[in-house]
Amino acid sequence: MASPNNRYDTHISAQYNAELEDVRQRVLAMGGMVEHQVTRAMQALLEIDADLAREVIENDHRVNGMEVHIDEECSRILARRQPAASDLRLIVAVIKTITDLERIGDEAERIARMSLDLGELDAPRGPHFEIETLGRQVQTMLHDVLDAFARMDPDAALAAAQHDIRIDREYESIMRQCITFMIEDPRSISRVFDIVWSLRSLERIGDHARNIAEYVIYFVHGKDVRHISLEQVAEELGAEPIRKD
Amino acid sequence: MVQTKEKTNMTHAIDMGAANRAPQTRRLEDEKIALTVRDLSLYYGDKQALKSINLQIPEKRVTAFIGPSGCGKSTLLRCFNRMNDLVDTARIEGQLLLGDKNIYDKDVDVARLRRRIGMVFQKPNPFPKSIYENVAYGLRLAGITKKRTLDETVEWALKGAALWDEVKDRLHDNALGMSGGQQQRLVIARSIAIKPEVLLLDEPASALDPISTLKIEELINDLKNDYTIVIVTHNMQQAARVSDYTAFMYLGDLVEYGATDKIFTVPEKKQTEDYITGRYG
Repeated sequence: MASPNNRYDTHISAQYNAELEDVRQRVLAMGGMVEHQVTRAMQALLEIDADLAREVIENDHRVNGMEVHIDEECSRILARRQPAASDLRLIVAVIKTITDLERIGDEAERIARMSLDLGELDAPRGPHFEIETLGRQVQTMLHDVLDAFARMDPDAALAAAQHDIRIDREYESIMRQCITFMIEDPRSISRVFDIVWSLRSLERIGDHARNIAEYVIYFVHGKDVRHISLEQVAEELGAEPIRKD
Repeated sequence: MVQTKEKTNMTHAIDMGAANRAPQTRRLEDEKIALTVRDLSLYYGDKQALKSINLQIPEKRVTAFIGPSGCGKSTLLRCFNRMNDLVDTARIEGQLLLGDKNIYDKDVDVARLRRRIGMVFQKPNPFPKSIYENVAYGLRLAGITKKRTLDETVEWALKGAALWDEVKDRLHDNALGMSGGQQQRLVIARSIAIKPEVLLLDEPASALDPISTLKIEELINDLKNDYTIVIVTHNMQQAARVSDYTAFMYLGDLVEYGATDKIFTVPEKKQTEDYITGRYG
Protein backbone atom coordinates (compact mmCIF):
# COMPACT_ATOMS: atom_id res chain seq x y z
CA MET A 1 0.00 0.00 0.00
CA ALA A 2 1.08 3.54 -0.65
CA SER A 3 2.61 5.18 2.37
CA PRO A 4 0.36 8.05 3.31
CA ASN A 5 1.49 11.60 2.97
CA ASN A 6 2.27 12.93 6.40
CA ARG A 7 2.90 16.36 4.99
CA TYR A 8 0.10 18.55 3.92
CA ASP A 9 1.96 20.85 1.57
CA THR A 10 1.81 18.70 -1.55
CA HIS A 11 -1.78 19.21 -2.66
CA ILE A 12 -2.32 21.18 -5.82
CA SER A 13 -4.78 23.24 -3.79
CA ALA A 14 -2.86 25.31 -1.24
CA GLN A 15 -6.10 26.02 0.60
CA TYR A 16 -6.72 22.28 1.05
CA ASN A 17 -3.19 21.87 2.42
CA ALA A 18 -3.86 24.60 4.91
CA GLU A 19 -7.17 23.08 6.00
CA LEU A 20 -5.76 19.60 6.64
CA GLU A 21 -2.70 20.96 8.41
CA ASP A 22 -4.93 23.15 10.54
CA VAL A 23 -7.10 20.21 11.59
CA ARG A 24 -4.03 18.19 12.46
CA GLN A 25 -2.55 21.03 14.53
CA ARG A 26 -5.82 21.46 16.39
CA VAL A 27 -5.94 17.79 17.32
CA LEU A 28 -2.40 18.03 18.63
CA ALA A 29 -3.35 21.09 20.65
CA MET A 30 -6.40 19.29 22.02
CA GLY A 31 -4.26 16.26 22.85
CA GLY A 32 -1.80 18.47 24.70
CA MET A 33 -4.60 20.09 26.64
CA VAL A 34 -6.18 16.75 27.59
CA GLU A 35 -2.82 15.38 28.68
CA HIS A 36 -2.35 18.45 30.88
CA GLN A 37 -5.82 17.94 32.38
CA VAL A 38 -5.00 14.33 33.31
CA THR A 39 -1.67 15.31 34.86
CA ARG A 40 -3.25 18.04 36.95
CA ALA A 41 -6.22 15.90 37.94
CA MET A 42 -3.80 13.27 39.25
CA GLN A 43 -1.85 15.95 41.09
CA ALA A 44 -5.05 17.23 42.61
CA LEU A 45 -6.02 13.73 43.67
CA LEU A 46 -2.68 12.83 45.23
CA GLU A 47 -2.21 16.13 47.02
CA ILE A 48 -5.91 16.60 47.78
CA ASP A 49 -5.65 20.05 46.25
CA ALA A 50 -9.16 21.45 45.98
CA ASP A 51 -8.19 24.60 44.06
CA LEU A 52 -6.38 22.60 41.44
CA ALA A 53 -9.27 20.13 41.23
CA ARG A 54 -11.74 22.97 40.63
CA GLU A 55 -9.49 24.35 37.93
CA VAL A 56 -9.45 21.00 36.15
CA ILE A 57 -13.23 20.74 36.37
CA GLU A 58 -13.56 24.31 35.12
CA ASN A 59 -11.28 23.64 32.14
CA ASP A 60 -13.21 20.66 30.84
CA HIS A 61 -15.56 22.84 28.82
CA ARG A 62 -12.56 24.10 26.84
CA VAL A 63 -11.76 20.52 25.84
CA ASN A 64 -15.39 20.03 24.82
CA GLY A 65 -15.28 23.22 22.80
CA MET A 66 -12.22 22.02 20.93
CA GLU A 67 -13.96 18.77 20.06
CA VAL A 68 -16.95 20.60 18.63
CA HIS A 69 -14.77 22.95 16.66
CA ILE A 70 -12.63 20.21 15.10
CA ASP A 71 -15.74 18.19 14.31
CA GLU A 72 -17.19 21.12 12.41
CA GLU A 73 -13.99 21.63 10.53
CA CYS A 74 -13.92 17.96 9.53
CA SER A 75 -17.54 18.13 8.28
CA ARG A 76 -16.64 21.15 6.23
CA ILE A 77 -13.67 19.40 4.65
CA LEU A 78 -15.78 16.32 3.89
CA ALA A 79 -18.45 18.45 2.25
CA ARG A 80 -16.17 20.69 0.26
CA ARG A 81 -13.21 18.51 -0.63
CA GLN A 82 -14.54 14.95 -0.71
CA PRO A 83 -11.18 13.68 0.52
CA ALA A 84 -9.96 10.30 -0.71
CA ALA A 85 -7.35 7.75 0.30
CA SER A 86 -4.97 8.99 3.03
CA ASP A 87 -6.73 12.36 3.27
CA LEU A 88 -9.99 10.54 3.90
CA ARG A 89 -8.36 8.26 6.44
CA LEU A 90 -6.88 11.29 8.20
CA ILE A 91 -10.30 12.90 8.57
CA VAL A 92 -11.88 9.65 9.77
CA ALA A 93 -9.03 9.12 12.24
CA VAL A 94 -9.34 12.71 13.49
CA ILE A 95 -13.11 12.53 14.00
CA LYS A 96 -12.69 9.38 16.06
CA THR A 97 -9.61 10.56 17.93
CA ILE A 98 -11.25 13.71 19.23
CA THR A 99 -14.17 11.70 20.60
CA ASP A 100 -11.74 9.64 22.66
CA LEU A 101 -9.80 12.74 23.68
CA GLU A 102 -12.99 14.35 24.87
CA ARG A 103 -13.83 11.26 26.93
CA ILE A 104 -10.34 11.31 28.43
CA GLY A 105 -11.07 14.90 29.38
CA ASP A 106 -14.27 13.74 31.10
CA GLU A 107 -12.35 11.11 33.05
CA ALA A 108 -9.85 13.75 34.16
CA GLU A 109 -12.75 15.83 35.38
CA ARG A 110 -14.14 12.82 37.26
CA ILE A 111 -10.78 12.25 38.97
CA ALA A 112 -10.73 15.91 39.99
CA ARG A 113 -14.21 15.52 41.53
CA MET A 114 -12.98 12.50 43.49
CA SER A 115 -10.19 14.67 44.81
CA LEU A 116 -12.78 17.17 46.08
CA ASP A 117 -14.75 14.32 47.67
CA LEU A 118 -11.69 12.91 49.37
CA GLY A 119 -10.82 16.33 50.73
CA GLU A 120 -14.17 16.49 52.52
CA LEU A 121 -13.81 13.06 54.10
CA ASP A 122 -12.33 12.55 57.50
CA ALA A 123 -11.17 8.98 57.29
CA PRO A 124 -7.94 6.99 57.23
CA ARG A 125 -5.79 6.97 54.13
CA GLY A 126 -6.61 4.49 51.41
CA PRO A 127 -4.24 2.85 48.89
CA HIS A 128 -2.70 6.11 47.73
CA PHE A 129 0.66 4.93 46.58
CA GLU A 130 -0.81 2.37 44.20
CA ILE A 131 -2.98 4.85 42.39
CA GLU A 132 0.05 7.04 41.89
CA THR A 133 1.83 4.18 40.09
CA LEU A 134 -1.15 3.43 37.90
CA GLY A 135 -1.59 7.15 37.19
CA ARG A 136 2.00 7.44 36.05
CA GLN A 137 1.63 4.46 33.73
CA VAL A 138 -1.53 5.86 32.19
CA GLN A 139 0.06 9.27 31.71
CA THR A 140 3.08 7.71 30.00
CA MET A 141 0.83 5.70 27.73
CA LEU A 142 -1.27 8.75 26.82
CA HIS A 143 1.85 10.76 26.15
CA ASP A 144 3.31 8.05 23.90
CA VAL A 145 0.05 7.63 22.00
CA LEU A 146 -0.24 11.36 21.35
CA ASP A 147 3.37 11.41 20.28
CA ALA A 148 2.67 8.55 17.86
CA PHE A 149 -0.30 10.52 16.56
CA ALA A 150 1.80 13.63 16.03
CA ARG A 151 4.33 11.66 14.00
CA MET A 152 1.74 9.26 12.57
CA ASP A 153 4.05 6.43 13.54
CA PRO A 154 2.19 3.08 13.61
CA ASP A 155 5.02 1.21 15.33
CA ALA A 156 5.13 3.72 18.15
CA ALA A 157 1.32 3.55 18.32
CA LEU A 158 1.42 -0.24 18.66
CA ALA A 159 4.13 -0.04 21.31
CA ALA A 160 2.08 2.51 23.25
CA ALA A 161 -1.09 0.44 22.92
CA GLN A 162 0.73 -2.45 24.54
CA HIS A 163 0.94 -0.44 27.78
CA ASP A 164 -2.77 -1.03 28.04
CA ILE A 165 -2.26 -4.71 28.86
CA ARG A 166 -0.05 -3.84 31.83
CA ILE A 167 -2.41 -1.11 32.93
CA ASP A 168 -5.37 -3.49 32.93
CA ARG A 169 -3.42 -6.03 34.94
CA GLU A 170 -2.27 -3.39 37.41
CA TYR A 171 -5.81 -2.08 37.69
CA GLU A 172 -7.19 -5.49 38.64
CA SER A 173 -4.52 -6.06 41.24
CA ILE A 174 -5.08 -2.64 42.88
CA MET A 175 -8.81 -3.31 42.83
CA ARG A 176 -8.24 -6.48 44.84
CA GLN A 177 -6.17 -4.50 47.33
CA CYS A 178 -8.97 -1.98 47.64
CA ILE A 179 -11.44 -4.72 48.43
CA THR A 180 -9.09 -6.05 51.10
CA PHE A 181 -8.83 -2.55 52.58
CA MET A 182 -12.59 -2.27 52.81
CA ILE A 183 -12.98 -5.71 54.38
CA GLU A 184 -10.30 -5.06 56.94
CA ASP A 185 -11.45 -1.59 57.87
CA PRO A 186 -15.06 -0.73 57.07
CA ARG A 187 -14.41 2.87 58.16
CA SER A 188 -12.29 3.23 55.03
CA ILE A 189 -15.10 2.27 52.65
CA SER A 190 -16.16 5.73 51.52
CA ARG A 191 -12.57 6.82 51.01
CA VAL A 192 -11.57 3.65 49.17
CA PHE A 193 -14.65 4.01 47.04
CA ASP A 194 -13.46 7.38 45.75
CA ILE A 195 -10.12 5.78 44.99
CA VAL A 196 -11.89 2.95 43.15
CA TRP A 197 -13.74 5.45 40.97
CA SER A 198 -10.47 7.19 40.18
CA LEU A 199 -8.84 3.89 39.33
CA ARG A 200 -11.72 3.13 37.06
CA SER A 201 -11.23 6.49 35.33
CA LEU A 202 -7.53 5.82 34.86
CA GLU A 203 -8.27 2.42 33.37
CA ARG A 204 -10.77 4.02 30.99
CA ILE A 205 -8.18 6.61 29.92
CA GLY A 206 -5.91 3.70 29.02
CA ASP A 207 -8.68 2.22 26.87
CA HIS A 208 -9.30 5.53 25.09
CA ALA A 209 -5.57 5.97 24.49
CA ARG A 210 -5.46 2.52 22.98
CA ASN A 211 -8.31 3.48 20.64
CA ILE A 212 -6.32 6.49 19.46
CA ALA A 213 -3.33 4.23 18.82
CA GLU A 214 -5.60 2.09 16.66
CA TYR A 215 -6.69 5.12 14.63
CA VAL A 216 -3.03 5.94 13.96
CA ILE A 217 -2.54 2.42 12.63
CA TYR A 218 -5.70 2.78 10.54
CA PHE A 219 -4.50 6.07 9.09
CA VAL A 220 -1.10 4.74 8.10
CA HIS A 221 -1.94 1.19 7.01
CA GLY A 222 -5.60 1.51 6.12
CA LYS A 223 -6.25 -1.47 8.39
CA ASP A 224 -8.99 -1.58 10.95
CA VAL A 225 -7.41 -3.18 14.00
CA ARG A 226 -10.22 -2.62 16.48
CA HIS A 227 -11.67 -5.47 18.52
CA ILE A 228 -8.78 -7.81 17.95
CA SER A 229 -5.99 -8.68 20.37
CA LEU A 230 -2.75 -6.75 20.27
CA GLU A 231 -1.00 -9.98 19.29
CA GLN A 232 -3.17 -10.14 16.17
CA VAL A 233 -2.53 -6.46 15.47
CA ALA A 234 1.22 -7.01 15.68
CA GLU A 235 0.90 -9.99 13.38
CA GLU A 236 -1.16 -8.06 10.82
CA LEU A 237 1.37 -5.26 10.77
CA GLY A 238 4.27 -7.68 10.62
CA ALA A 239 5.63 -6.15 13.84
CA GLU A 240 7.56 -7.77 16.69
CA PRO A 241 5.41 -10.06 18.83
CA ILE A 242 4.40 -8.68 22.19
CA ARG A 243 6.48 -9.50 25.21
CA LYS A 244 4.43 -10.95 28.02
CA ASP A 245 6.14 -9.37 30.98
CA MET B 1 -13.51 -5.60 35.63
CA VAL B 2 -16.68 -7.68 35.51
CA GLN B 3 -18.28 -5.06 33.33
CA THR B 4 -15.42 -5.04 30.84
CA LYS B 5 -15.47 -8.80 30.50
CA GLU B 6 -19.19 -8.86 29.79
CA LYS B 7 -18.70 -6.21 27.15
CA THR B 8 -15.99 -8.25 25.48
CA ASN B 9 -18.20 -11.31 25.36
CA MET B 10 -21.00 -9.36 23.80
CA THR B 11 -18.73 -7.91 21.18
CA HIS B 12 -17.71 -11.42 20.23
CA ALA B 13 -21.29 -12.59 19.98
CA ILE B 14 -22.18 -9.79 17.56
CA ASP B 15 -18.88 -9.98 15.75
CA MET B 16 -19.32 -13.60 14.71
CA GLY B 17 -15.66 -14.19 14.18
CA ALA B 18 -13.04 -12.76 11.94
CA ALA B 19 -14.82 -13.64 8.69
CA ASN B 20 -17.31 -10.81 9.08
CA ARG B 21 -14.83 -8.22 10.24
CA ALA B 22 -13.81 -6.70 6.96
CA PRO B 23 -16.42 -4.82 4.97
CA GLN B 24 -17.38 -6.77 1.89
CA THR B 25 -15.40 -5.33 -0.97
CA ARG B 26 -15.73 -6.85 -4.38
CA ARG B 27 -12.99 -9.16 -5.53
CA LEU B 28 -12.06 -9.65 -9.16
CA GLU B 29 -11.38 -13.33 -8.48
CA ASP B 30 -15.06 -13.86 -7.71
CA GLU B 31 -16.29 -12.25 -10.92
CA LYS B 32 -17.21 -13.64 -14.28
CA ILE B 33 -14.96 -11.97 -16.83
CA ALA B 34 -16.47 -10.33 -19.91
CA LEU B 35 -13.42 -8.81 -21.55
CA THR B 36 -9.75 -9.65 -21.22
CA VAL B 37 -6.99 -7.32 -22.30
CA ARG B 38 -3.74 -9.18 -22.83
CA ASP B 39 -0.40 -7.44 -23.42
CA LEU B 40 -2.15 -4.74 -25.39
CA SER B 41 0.06 -2.02 -26.83
CA LEU B 42 -1.09 0.74 -29.13
CA TYR B 43 1.05 3.09 -31.18
CA TYR B 44 0.05 6.32 -32.86
CA GLY B 45 2.83 6.39 -35.46
CA ASP B 46 6.03 6.16 -33.41
CA LYS B 47 4.40 7.19 -30.20
CA GLN B 48 3.36 4.40 -27.85
CA ALA B 49 0.02 5.34 -26.29
CA LEU B 50 -0.67 2.07 -24.46
CA LYS B 51 2.12 0.06 -22.89
CA SER B 52 1.39 -3.63 -22.68
CA ILE B 53 -1.86 -3.38 -20.77
CA ASN B 54 -3.21 -6.43 -18.94
CA LEU B 55 -6.69 -6.14 -17.50
CA GLN B 56 -9.89 -8.08 -16.98
CA ILE B 57 -13.30 -6.44 -17.19
CA PRO B 58 -15.89 -8.24 -15.05
CA GLU B 59 -19.34 -8.99 -16.42
CA LYS B 60 -22.34 -6.91 -15.29
CA ARG B 61 -20.19 -4.56 -13.29
CA VAL B 62 -19.13 -0.98 -13.82
CA THR B 63 -15.43 -0.53 -14.45
CA ALA B 64 -14.04 3.00 -14.48
CA PHE B 65 -10.84 4.20 -16.12
CA ILE B 66 -9.35 7.25 -14.48
CA GLY B 67 -6.14 9.18 -15.03
CA PRO B 68 -4.89 12.55 -16.24
CA SER B 69 -5.36 13.71 -19.82
CA GLY B 70 -3.22 11.79 -22.25
CA CYS B 71 -2.86 8.76 -19.98
CA GLY B 72 -4.46 6.48 -22.56
CA LYS B 73 -7.77 5.78 -20.88
CA SER B 74 -9.93 6.87 -23.83
CA THR B 75 -7.57 5.13 -26.24
CA LEU B 76 -7.96 1.92 -24.27
CA LEU B 77 -11.74 2.32 -24.16
CA ARG B 78 -11.85 2.81 -27.91
CA CYS B 79 -9.89 -0.41 -28.39
CA PHE B 80 -12.85 -2.35 -27.00
CA ASN B 81 -14.96 -1.76 -30.08
CA ARG B 82 -12.13 -1.08 -32.51
CA MET B 83 -12.78 2.62 -32.86
CA ASN B 84 -9.03 3.06 -33.26
CA ASP B 85 -9.35 1.29 -36.62
CA LEU B 86 -10.56 4.64 -37.87
CA VAL B 87 -7.24 6.27 -36.98
CA ASP B 88 -4.83 5.65 -39.86
CA THR B 89 -1.65 5.88 -37.83
CA ALA B 90 -2.85 3.61 -35.02
CA ARG B 91 -1.25 0.19 -34.73
CA ILE B 92 -2.16 -2.45 -32.20
CA GLU B 93 -0.26 -5.34 -30.64
CA GLY B 94 -1.57 -7.90 -28.19
CA GLN B 95 -5.03 -9.30 -27.68
CA LEU B 96 -8.42 -8.15 -26.58
CA LEU B 97 -10.75 -11.02 -25.86
CA LEU B 98 -14.53 -10.84 -25.75
CA GLY B 99 -15.32 -14.14 -24.09
CA ASP B 100 -12.48 -16.15 -25.61
CA LYS B 101 -12.50 -14.56 -29.07
CA ASN B 102 -9.84 -11.98 -29.93
CA ILE B 103 -11.75 -9.03 -31.39
CA TYR B 104 -8.69 -8.08 -33.45
CA ASP B 105 -8.70 -11.39 -35.35
CA LYS B 106 -8.97 -10.94 -39.09
CA ASP B 107 -12.30 -12.76 -39.37
CA VAL B 108 -14.11 -10.41 -36.97
CA ASP B 109 -16.94 -8.40 -38.53
CA VAL B 110 -16.43 -4.96 -37.01
CA ALA B 111 -20.02 -3.81 -37.57
CA ARG B 112 -21.31 -6.88 -35.76
CA LEU B 113 -18.74 -6.39 -32.99
CA ARG B 114 -20.00 -2.85 -32.45
CA ARG B 115 -23.52 -4.16 -32.08
CA ARG B 116 -22.26 -6.31 -29.22
CA ILE B 117 -20.12 -3.53 -27.74
CA GLY B 118 -21.92 -0.18 -27.89
CA MET B 119 -20.41 3.20 -27.22
CA VAL B 120 -21.61 6.54 -25.92
CA PHE B 121 -19.49 9.64 -26.33
CA GLN B 122 -18.78 12.75 -24.31
CA LYS B 123 -21.04 14.99 -26.34
CA PRO B 124 -24.49 13.62 -27.01
CA ASN B 125 -24.77 12.93 -30.71
CA PRO B 126 -28.40 12.25 -31.58
CA PHE B 127 -29.27 12.12 -35.25
CA PRO B 128 -31.31 15.08 -36.56
CA LYS B 129 -34.40 12.90 -36.55
CA SER B 130 -37.30 12.26 -34.25
CA ILE B 131 -36.78 10.77 -30.80
CA TYR B 132 -38.47 7.59 -32.01
CA GLU B 133 -36.34 7.29 -35.12
CA ASN B 134 -33.15 7.82 -33.16
CA VAL B 135 -33.86 4.80 -31.02
CA ALA B 136 -35.27 2.74 -33.90
CA TYR B 137 -32.27 3.51 -36.12
CA GLY B 138 -30.10 0.59 -35.10
CA LEU B 139 -33.05 -1.76 -35.20
CA ARG B 140 -33.88 -0.76 -38.76
CA LEU B 141 -30.22 -1.24 -39.68
CA ALA B 142 -30.48 -4.73 -38.25
CA GLY B 143 -33.39 -5.35 -40.62
CA ILE B 144 -36.29 -5.07 -38.23
CA THR B 145 -39.30 -3.50 -39.97
CA LYS B 146 -42.30 -4.80 -38.06
CA LYS B 147 -43.92 -1.75 -36.48
CA ARG B 148 -45.03 -3.54 -33.35
CA THR B 149 -41.55 -4.86 -32.62
CA LEU B 150 -40.10 -1.42 -33.26
CA ASP B 151 -42.66 0.28 -30.99
CA GLU B 152 -42.07 -2.20 -28.20
CA THR B 153 -38.32 -2.03 -28.41
CA VAL B 154 -38.26 1.79 -28.57
CA GLU B 155 -40.44 1.96 -25.47
CA TRP B 156 -38.33 -0.64 -23.70
CA ALA B 157 -35.08 1.15 -24.54
CA LEU B 158 -36.41 4.58 -23.53
CA LYS B 159 -37.64 3.12 -20.25
CA GLY B 160 -34.26 1.47 -19.77
CA ALA B 161 -32.60 4.82 -20.27
CA ALA B 162 -34.99 6.45 -17.75
CA LEU B 163 -36.33 8.76 -20.44
CA TRP B 164 -39.72 7.28 -21.33
CA ASP B 165 -41.82 9.31 -18.91
CA GLU B 166 -40.30 12.54 -20.14
CA VAL B 167 -40.75 11.90 -23.87
CA LYS B 168 -43.61 9.46 -24.31
CA ASP B 169 -45.96 12.21 -25.48
CA ARG B 170 -43.54 13.66 -28.00
CA LEU B 171 -41.83 10.69 -29.57
CA HIS B 172 -42.01 12.27 -32.99
CA ASP B 173 -40.47 15.60 -32.02
CA ASN B 174 -36.97 16.29 -33.26
CA ALA B 175 -34.36 14.91 -30.85
CA LEU B 176 -32.24 18.04 -31.19
CA GLY B 177 -34.91 19.95 -29.26
CA MET B 178 -34.15 17.98 -26.10
CA SER B 179 -31.90 19.14 -23.29
CA GLY B 180 -28.29 17.93 -23.20
CA GLY B 181 -29.03 15.49 -20.38
CA GLN B 182 -32.03 14.10 -22.23
CA GLN B 183 -30.02 13.82 -25.44
CA GLN B 184 -27.36 11.82 -23.63
CA ARG B 185 -29.96 9.46 -22.20
CA LEU B 186 -31.48 9.20 -25.69
CA VAL B 187 -28.10 8.16 -27.06
CA ILE B 188 -27.85 5.55 -24.31
CA ALA B 189 -31.36 4.35 -25.26
CA ARG B 190 -30.20 4.11 -28.86
CA SER B 191 -27.23 2.04 -27.74
CA ILE B 192 -29.20 -0.38 -25.61
CA ALA B 193 -32.01 -0.77 -28.18
CA ILE B 194 -29.87 -3.21 -30.13
CA LYS B 195 -29.16 -5.12 -26.89
CA PRO B 196 -25.38 -5.04 -26.73
CA GLU B 197 -23.44 -6.99 -24.11
CA VAL B 198 -21.05 -4.21 -23.26
CA LEU B 199 -21.59 -0.46 -23.04
CA LEU B 200 -18.58 1.83 -23.34
CA LEU B 201 -19.14 5.30 -21.93
CA ASP B 202 -16.57 7.94 -22.77
CA GLU B 203 -17.04 10.84 -20.35
CA PRO B 204 -20.82 10.46 -20.64
CA ALA B 205 -21.66 13.22 -18.16
CA SER B 206 -18.88 15.73 -18.57
CA ALA B 207 -21.00 18.06 -20.70
CA LEU B 208 -24.01 17.85 -18.40
CA ASP B 209 -25.28 19.82 -15.41
CA PRO B 210 -25.11 18.16 -11.95
CA ILE B 211 -28.72 16.97 -11.91
CA SER B 212 -28.50 15.42 -15.38
CA THR B 213 -25.20 13.93 -14.29
CA LEU B 214 -26.87 12.28 -11.30
CA LYS B 215 -29.59 10.91 -13.59
CA ILE B 216 -26.96 9.39 -15.85
CA GLU B 217 -25.18 7.91 -12.84
CA GLU B 218 -28.44 6.50 -11.57
CA LEU B 219 -29.03 5.04 -15.01
CA ILE B 220 -25.58 3.45 -15.04
CA ASN B 221 -26.42 1.81 -11.75
CA ASP B 222 -29.62 0.33 -13.23
CA LEU B 223 -27.98 -0.70 -16.48
CA LYS B 224 -25.32 -2.78 -14.81
CA ASN B 225 -27.94 -5.39 -13.98
CA ASP B 226 -28.00 -6.26 -17.67
CA TYR B 227 -24.81 -4.91 -19.19
CA THR B 228 -21.12 -4.83 -18.64
CA ILE B 229 -20.21 -1.16 -18.42
CA VAL B 230 -16.86 0.48 -18.92
CA ILE B 231 -16.68 4.20 -18.24
CA VAL B 232 -13.96 6.76 -18.77
CA THR B 233 -14.28 9.79 -16.54
CA HIS B 234 -12.26 12.78 -15.50
CA ASN B 235 -14.44 13.17 -12.48
CA MET B 236 -12.92 11.04 -9.75
CA GLN B 237 -15.88 11.40 -7.43
CA GLN B 238 -18.03 10.12 -10.27
CA ALA B 239 -15.79 7.08 -10.67
CA ALA B 240 -16.00 6.55 -6.92
CA ARG B 241 -19.80 6.83 -7.00
CA VAL B 242 -20.68 4.67 -9.97
CA SER B 243 -18.00 2.05 -10.43
CA ASP B 244 -17.32 -1.33 -8.86
CA TYR B 245 -13.77 -1.48 -10.17
CA THR B 246 -11.36 1.30 -10.98
CA ALA B 247 -8.28 1.32 -13.17
CA PHE B 248 -5.82 4.17 -12.75
CA MET B 249 -3.72 4.88 -15.83
CA TYR B 250 -0.75 7.13 -16.24
CA LEU B 251 1.32 7.83 -19.37
CA GLY B 252 0.05 4.72 -21.16
CA ASP B 253 0.60 2.38 -18.21
CA LEU B 254 -2.01 0.69 -16.10
CA VAL B 255 -0.71 1.75 -12.70
CA GLU B 256 -3.30 0.17 -10.46
CA TYR B 257 -6.50 -1.77 -10.92
CA GLY B 258 -8.82 -3.06 -8.23
CA ALA B 259 -12.08 -2.72 -6.34
CA THR B 260 -13.20 0.92 -6.28
CA ASP B 261 -13.68 0.82 -2.49
CA LYS B 262 -10.06 -0.10 -2.08
CA ILE B 263 -8.63 2.31 -4.67
CA PHE B 264 -10.37 5.25 -3.03
CA THR B 265 -9.57 4.39 0.57
CA VAL B 266 -6.33 2.41 0.58
CA PRO B 267 -4.61 2.55 -2.81
CA GLU B 268 -1.51 0.42 -3.21
CA LYS B 269 0.59 2.76 -5.34
CA LYS B 270 1.85 6.19 -4.49
CA GLN B 271 1.02 7.48 -7.99
CA THR B 272 -2.61 6.48 -7.48
CA GLU B 273 -2.67 8.04 -4.04
CA ASP B 274 -1.24 11.30 -5.36
CA TYR B 275 -3.69 11.46 -8.24
CA ILE B 276 -6.86 10.76 -6.29
CA THR B 277 -5.91 13.06 -3.42
CA GLY B 278 -5.01 15.84 -5.83
CA ARG B 279 -1.31 16.04 -5.10
CA TYR B 280 1.68 16.85 -7.23
CA GLY B 281 3.07 13.65 -8.73
